[in-house]
Amino acid sequence: MEIVFALAIGVLAGAGVWLLLRPRTFQVIMGLSLLSYAVNLFIFGMGRLRVGAAPMIDPARGSNPALYADPLPQALVLTAIVIGFATTALFLVVLLAARGLSGTDHVDGHEPERP
Amino acid sequence: MSGWQQHLPIFPIVLPLLTAALLLLLRGEARRPQRAMLAVLAMLAQLATAGVLFAMAEARLPAPWPGEIGVYALGGWVAPVGIVLVVDRLSTLLLLLTATLGLAALVYSLARWSRVGVYYLPLFQCLMLGLNGAFLTGDLFNLFVFFEIMLTASYGLALHGSGLARIRAAVHYIVINLVASLLFLIAAALIYGVTGTLNMADLARQVPMLAAADRALFDTGAALLGIVFLVKAGSWPLNFWLPAAYGAAAAPVAAIFAILTKVGIYALLRFETLLHASDAPAPFEGQWLFYCGLATIATGTLGVLAAQRLDRLASFLVIISSGALLAAFGFNGTSLTGPALFYLVNSVLGSGAFFLVIELAERDRSRAADLLAVSFDYFGGRDPEDPRHSDEVVGVAIPLGITFLGFSFIVCTLLLIGLPPLSGFIAKFALLSTAVAAAPDAANTLAAWLLVAALLLSGLAGLITASRLGIRVFWDSSRKPPRLQWLEAGPVAALMALCIVLAMAAGPAMRYFNVAARSLHDGRGYVESVLPIQIDSEGQRP
Repeated sequence: MEIVFALAIGVLAGAGVWLLLRPRTFQVIMGLSLLSYAVNLFIFGMGRLRVGAAPMIDPARGSNPALYADPLPQALVLTAIVIGFATTALFLVVLLAARGLSGTDHVDGHEPERP
Repeated sequence: MSGWQQHLPIFPIVLPLLTAALLLLLRGEARRPQRAMLAVLAMLAQLATAGVLFAMAEARLPAPWPGEIGVYALGGWVAPVGIVLVVDRLSTLLLLLTATLGLAALVYSLARWSRVGVYYLPLFQCLMLGLNGAFLTGDLFNLFVFFEIMLTASYGLALHGSGLARIRAAVHYIVINLVASLLFLIAAALIYGVTGTLNMADLARQVPMLAAADRALFDTGAALLGIVFLVKAGSWPLNFWLPAAYGAAAAPVAAIFAILTKVGIYALLRFETLLHASDAPAPFEGQWLFYCGLATIATGTLGVLAAQRLDRLASFLVIISSGALLAAFGFNGTSLTGPALFYLVNSVLGSGAFFLVIELAERDRSRAADLLAVSFDYFGGRDPEDPRHSDEVVGVAIPLGITFLGFSFIVCTLLLIGLPPLSGFIAKFALLSTAVAAAPDAANTLAAWLLVAALLLSGLAGLITASRLGIRVFWDSSRKPPRLQWLEAGPVAALMALCIVLAMAAGPAMRYFNVAARSLHDGRGYVESVLPIQIDSEGQRP
């Protein structure tokens, strides 16, 4: 499971960084989204990967902390998702404004000069 | 002990939050005066709160907490389980500085800039909320949240007034800060995964006890965290977004942005002092940070020399001040921290005033006037039916407006490049003389003289460019005499007056900054205030 998880983070982060370095704003925002998926998975993984362990206390199971997953990273992921979602939406609006005002979707606001 | 005073540390966060919400509810053109009044009242309340907290941390007023450092447990959950706000000399100093600059920028913007776009006042309050929270919080993830609030508000404010230049600059600014936020998350997750805590005081306590394998992971996380703070601080080579974003922003926004870079500096300093006992990793202290600071000063100096517009000059001066602070914190020993805090206060007030002055000076000239006209047309700010929106009616023409502008320009230049007789000179002189005096061996002497050379050369470059551009702007025979409004001239004058007071009270101020630096570098005091649990000799908790 760890290998699959690590590979997923690696592929998402790699693709995200590659897209982030592309010159078109749409590629950049896709890159940012992929990167934020990778980061969210990473935060989740930092709480240690456990199978069959809930993050909430279950009266039937008792109060031994070893039986439960760490709830904190999951709370952090939730916060990170909400913030990431909001900032991505905001960025999308800025991109549309930039496209509308400059007439190009290049990140610099103008097309590079061709030789 | 009891009563409302105990809850004072939460006020700088709750006040702007509630105000922003209320400002959103007060809709419509007719309620513009109420909105302005509410925003100014909220800023005054924040200033008063910051002043009281400042006096409490200084023990001038009876503090509702025992000891020097106040700890406010949110919801009554004590650290390290709950999130705490920590009130000490450094955080209250920065709170006071934020509220002062915020009030000046807000009053300035009421004259005209707040009408150029939508939701200016709520966004401004959110920016205050993020800044105050970042200075107060004692929790790593909470710091991330406040950074995000501050940045999201700053995206909106950077775009305030619209226009192609602003949007172009904002695209870069937003992408870079979003990536930095992702790095912050990775860093926070790594640090939590290794140490099992996000409380900053608890981190300082846990890190020395880490096993070697975990220590490597922690150092990776801390290094990423340091990079994030360096991006915010505008350190070379992570600062190429800064001149465009600051230069393109509306004047009062650029003025308040002058303190945004200082949040990165504050976070670096806070973590440096907390992790110092356990050998903080590279981004936080030592040679590495020192040379990073020198490179930042060099970039700023080159940028200043190349600047063709006053807003570029002001942005590169902000970069130079960041570089000087980073170099001072990276310098061997801790004796430079006190003078560096003096430098920080002077540079924030000076750059804030400078951004406001240059907009006043350049407003009648073509570029700025064009941009403003476009924005006014776009948002319908210049409505002929409403006389309140007409400059001719509102603007009380101050006689000798150009004299005021020229005088302010000279004062701000002296403040920022550090020439006598103002506080900029005192700050720079204190930094340099302490650096030279603190050098015990050959390597440190070299570093001290490098710092002297860098700061003096950057000052010279600033002087050259300020004279060149000043001549172009002020000795322009074709320009009309500027019409100033009290609302706009007042904040500029107030900020400069504060700097003059700082210069006259330099002795007590420097003593205060040195005491603040000493209590800051005594990281144990912070840790023991936040976590009053005693640890026995084996490092085990009872």
